[in-house]
Amino acid sequence: MSTTNVQDAAQDMSQQAETTTAHETAAQSSQAPGSDVAPGGTTITDAPPDVIKMKGRNVDVFYGDKQALFDVDLDIGERQVTALIGPSGCGKSTFLRCLNRMNDTIDIARIEGDITLGEQDIYDPHIDVVELRARVGMIFQKPNPFPKSIFENIAYGPRVHGLADTKTDLEEIVVTSLQKAGLFEEVKDRLDAPGTGLSGGQQQRLCIARAIATSPEVLLMDEPCSALDPIATAKVEELIDELRENFTVVIVTHSMQQAARVSQRTAFFHLGILVEVGATDQIFTNPRDTRTRDYITGRFG
Amino acid sequence: MFWLLFLALLLVFAASLYIGAQRSRQVAGPNTHVLHSRPSYHGGYLAIMATVPALGLLIIWSIAQGPIIDGMVVGQFSDEFEALSLPAREAFLRDARAIAFGGIVSFTDELKEAAAQIYQNLYRISTIAMTVLMALFVVVGFRRGYSSIEPKRRTRHFVERAVMIVLIACSVVAIFTTVGIVLSLIFESIRFFTMIPIHNFLFGLHWSPQSAFAGAGEVVDANPEVFGAIPLIAGTLFITFIAMLVAGPVGLFAAIYLSDYASNTVRAVAKPVLEVLAGVPTVVYGFFAALTVAPFIRNSGEGLGLDVSSESALAAGLVMGIMIIPFVSSLSDDVISAVPQSLRDGSLALGSTKSETIRRVVLPAALPGIVSAMILAISRAIGETMIVVMAAGLAANLTINPLEAVTTVTVQIVTLLVGDQEFDSAKTLAAFALGLLLFCVTLTLNFIALRVVQKYREQYD
Amino acid sequence: MTDVAASPPAAGAPSQGQGLHTSDAARKRLKARYASEARFKFFGIAAVLTAAFFLVLLLSTIVGQAIPAFNQHYVTIPVDLSQESLDPNNEGEAVLRRVDYDAVVRNGLRSLFPYVESRGDRRTLGGLVSSGSAVRIRQEVLDDPDATIGQTSFAVPLDDVADLYFKGQVSEERFVETTGEASPTGTEGTIQILSTANDFRDLLADVKDFLGEQADEVERELASRERSLERAEIDIVSYRDRMPEEGSDRREFFEDQVQILERGINGLNANIRDLTAELADLRARSTAAGADEVLTTELPSILVEINGGVVKASSINATAVEGEVIVPLTTTAAASGGDWSIREVVLPERNRKLDDRSLIYLDQLAADERVERQFNMIFFSSGASREAELAGIWGAVVGSFFTMVVTLSLAFPLGVAAAIYLEEFAPKNRLTQLIEVNINNLAAVPSIVFGLLGLAVFLNTFGLPRSAPLVGGMVLALMTLPTIIIASRAALRAVPPSIREGALGVGASKLQTVLHHVLPLAMPGILTGTIIGMAQALGETAPLLMIGMVAFIVDIPATPVDPSTVLPVQIFMWADFPEVLFRQKTSAAILVLLAFLVTMNALAVILRKRFERRW
Repeated sequence: MSTTNVQDAAQDMSQQAETTTAHETAAQSSQAPGSDVAPGGTTITDAPPDVIKMKGRNVDVFYGDKQALFDVDLDIGERQVTALIGPSGCGKSTFLRCLNRMNDTIDIARIEGDITLGEQDIYDPHIDVVELRARVGMIFQKPNPFPKSIFENIAYGPRVHGLADTKTDLEEIVVTSLQKAGLFEEVKDRLDAPGTGLSGGQQQRLCIARAIATSPEVLLMDEPCSALDPIATAKVEELIDELRENFTVVIVTHSMQQAARVSQRTAFFHLGILVEVGATDQIFTNPRDTRTRDYITGRFG
Repeated sequence: MFWLLFLALLLVFAASLYIGAQRSRQVAGPNTHVLHSRPSYHGGYLAIMATVPALGLLIIWSIAQGPIIDGMVVGQFSDEFEALSLPAREAFLRDARAIAFGGIVSFTDELKEAAAQIYQNLYRISTIAMTVLMALFVVVGFRRGYSSIEPKRRTRHFVERAVMIVLIACSVVAIFTTVGIVLSLIFESIRFFTMIPIHNFLFGLHWSPQSAFAGAGEVVDANPEVFGAIPLIAGTLFITFIAMLVAGPVGLFAAIYLSDYASNTVRAVAKPVLEVLAGVPTVVYGFFAALTVAPFIRNSGEGLGLDVSSESALAAGLVMGIMIIPFVSSLSDDVISAVPQSLRDGSLALGSTKSETIRRVVLPAALPGIVSAMILAISRAIGETMIVVMAAGLAANLTINPLEAVTTVTVQIVTLLVGDQEFDSAKTLAAFALGLLLFCVTLTLNFIALRVVQKYREQYD
Repeated sequence: MTDVAASPPAAGAPSQGQGLHTSDAARKRLKARYASEARFKFFGIAAVLTAAFFLVLLLSTIVGQAIPAFNQHYVTIPVDLSQESLDPNNEGEAVLRRVDYDAVVRNGLRSLFPYVESRGDRRTLGGLVSSGSAVRIRQEVLDDPDATIGQTSFAVPLDDVADLYFKGQVSEERFVETTGEASPTGTEGTIQILSTANDFRDLLADVKDFLGEQADEVERELASRERSLERAEIDIVSYRDRMPEEGSDRREFFEDQVQILERGINGLNANIRDLTAELADLRARSTAAGADEVLTTELPSILVEINGGVVKASSINATAVEGEVIVPLTTTAAASGGDWSIREVVLPERNRKLDDRSLIYLDQLAADERVERQFNMIFFSSGASREAELAGIWGAVVGSFFTMVVTLSLAFPLGVAAAIYLEEFAPKNRLTQLIEVNINNLAAVPSIVFGLLGLAVFLNTFGLPRSAPLVGGMVLALMTLPTIIIASRAALRAVPPSIREGALGVGASKLQTVLHHVLPLAMPGILTGTIIGMAQALGETAPLLMIGMVAFIVDIPATPVDPSTVLPVQIFMWADFPEVLFRQKTSAAILVLLAFLVTMNALAVILRKRFERRW
């Protein structure tokens, strides 16, 4: 219960601070021989997406005095899955939480640089954070269904945003969302049962259904499968792949296999630096940075 | 005398501690490793052996001697006592004791002087006998303990078991307290219900026990019609209702604000404010109610052309509400904070505002906890005494006008029991029946609240 | 419902969704949502401010009332404490004990007011100083005869109302500048004072205004009586109307009611007649411009100081007053404007405890520089008293101290032992479960029920003394026990298991582990809980009322079995007295109690901060 995403982010940061020396040594030793290594802060970028949905430029994030992200430039392609990978504490979750300003809920967090959604700077003071989050939904590491019925869980978003005028509309949204999340067949007989009574995988898909019920444009997923068993994970991964048709998806994952399976583009973070970003195939088969190579071959992380 | 002997036992205890430890070193010789237990345990062993039996004797004797000696005196004067009524006999013995040992004597005569003499003699004999017997116990216990000290003796186990018995005894005090409360309330209530039928008490609409008796002190058959508790129960619930009308919303909103909105600085100021409010003794609230709030309400009521009693239910309820605000807010704060942050994040990430998150996700999730906080607050309000004693009325009116005076169960308990009391009158016993009622109601409420909260905890643990 | 194709906009493609949350309609909805957000937040702020407002109101009321009580006025009177008059034959204490010290005070006062002759006036004079003055002098003489005998003056406390007068709490006063030359017609008895100017015109107008206000008040009263009358008449009519429809017993009840109402109407009518007459009189007096006005005790008092004397006006017109001489004048010579003065005491004499005569006497004492303001030592060093100026809290403080000592010495060991057992040793069985349920429930039992327990068990069954701190302490110990147990268990639980494992690992027994390692680490937490429990007990009143600690006890208790009271109960008793000074002393006693509580809580906070350990 106590591990929340806010805490995770803060924890990531502190872990990063603790492990910095070790990682630096590793990084230095691996950097030393290779000449094709980009100096820290300069990202190797390959194969930019066709249509850019979100764009981050010179993003720095600070938690109090500590800097968690350094000068990150990253483009998120529309209607594709972008995976953010890297060892724990590398800042990938931090970056994800910047994309719908969930970092606002942490008092000590401070963000510099520009992040745009479409043409809009989402940190513009005129931008409304509620509207932003309606457009950029988020799925969390641990499934967090509300202690309400399955129906009410999904109807929650449309209700607060006033998306359904009649009860029939609302029911339709709920059913469609459940179908999109591949959960409808499993729960259609018990829409009034509490959402907390579902299994872990079902709960996570319920959360996904809840998120898509508000019709966001972008879906952020923060290690959505880390609390699930392999079968449930497979189902969620399948679902993510389907979501790509309608939504732009950004997923943070610990598992390189998962990134390889579901994403089209992959960004590798290390120690708060975006080291390398490119087409998933290319990152996994032919990484250009030694750190990326070391990470995906399992030498650290 | 009791304390003197007790002190003596303490001295023996301390001495035995030392002697026992020394003795164990002596029997162990140069190599203290042969001792199973450390010397201090041998000391403890000897101290327990020497003093505990004597201490038991001291306590039992001190409790028992009073009634036994009373009995013996009564036996001496059985002829004279034939003529006396029970209260007169008790008064006689009380005076005799007072003459013998000092105290307030109502009047004295030769017979009492004689009784006092007997008292003094008997007590002297009793004290001497007890002291001698105790000394015997100490000596025998000490010798047995002393001679049995040897290296292999497992005195640590002995001492630890003794300590454990003491610990268990201390824990059981809680049970004894409850049993004591229940028994004393039930016992006196049964006596009350033999005088006043229980249905008259529980369903009667008229309460004026002061008018139950013809003359002062005269035992007359109590009129059961004047012991109807309904007006008191109604008054209690009415004041509680007003209090909760104040404390419920204010406490809950304060908790919400402090847990979800307030900045750290605001919290650093507001929490102590609530803690101070919680720490103010109820008698101070009572004074505040009687002196500031009640006149204020009366004056503003009169300004509006309303007839306001100076002991209005509104004043008492309002101040009681103020008293309960911190209670509600701190309990609610606990349950609201216990709602996982992940639920708040989930709701915020869907693009809901903070208040939507609180109203639609946090509060429903915390509802059982909040309900139990409210139940506990109600239970607290029902049992609160000083505010209503000082600010609510004495006359039992059956009304729902908050500007009139009503009385409560606790006010009546205090009124019936403060001042002169005869312990056999229905008037005094009625207070215990009211106490039993109060105890049962608050116990039930607390029980429900604890259950609800337990269920709620299980949900998130 | 199963038609996936007919998907609503919610499930639409991003291009469709684009407008969904940024459309005008959505923006409009958002505005409304933010309005409700602001409202919600406002409620939260309002709630916190309400709580803070109540606290400020509570504290400011009490502090405002309490401050005057920390000072007290003494008057120095001449006394004859010479050896010859007290103990001419030098027989010592036995004789000194029997001296009539009341006479010493009386004579001392009279010597200051030689012109006070009538019995009634002398009684007024005697009432100015505290009735405990003689006792204080006697005590001083007996305590330290060498220093006291031969003294020619002695400072005694003023009576409570006189004390309040010097604190400016009896009435508003006004001084009027004089311009004309005033000539008194005599030096004693009833005289007239004539001024050459309209020096009394403003005062006369004041008095007329006052009469006008009184008339307004009577008019309001009259109106309310008339309303009552109307209501009663309507009620009678409605009873009469319904009577024929009802059964016989109801009818009887109705008839009774009608009779009661009719009696009430008669009373009201008489009342209304009286009030109407009074109203007419008042109106006439207040509107009759410039006419002479008789000053009754229901009107402000007018005092004229002239030629070293004081005259209390009984009737007034624009240029002259007639009245009784209270302090004799030295001469009948005319006094020029500015040399004589007029003073108005606004609150009518009937509505205050201090009459004009006392007020004038007190002024003379003050003018002679005999009145002195001192820190109120009596309040801190005396026991209870029926006289407000002699009442103090020391008895209650000592009683509270004994009670707390008993409570602490019972509740602390019992509570800690129980907590150790339950937390460290108790097996999970029926008994321990029962104990836990019991403790939780006891924590929420109303305190008055503990009082009933004390009354039934400690007093009636065990026969322990009533009103004794011993019994009070026992009752409060039972009441505090759950608090201490719960806090101690939390503190023990906070000690990490690694400490226990470490100690057990080097071969300590379970008991040794707990006593040597766990308990010391948990002690700060236990002490914090104990202090909080004791603070609760210190402020508790209701259970102590049950065991007779509400008695009026003058003596300072010397042992825990002496009858005594405690601070909160003292507050409760004083709050009931009507005297203003008692009300102020109640507030002052509350401040003292709060000071103790704040100190204890601060101690708990410091303890927690100082020894707070993070594992």
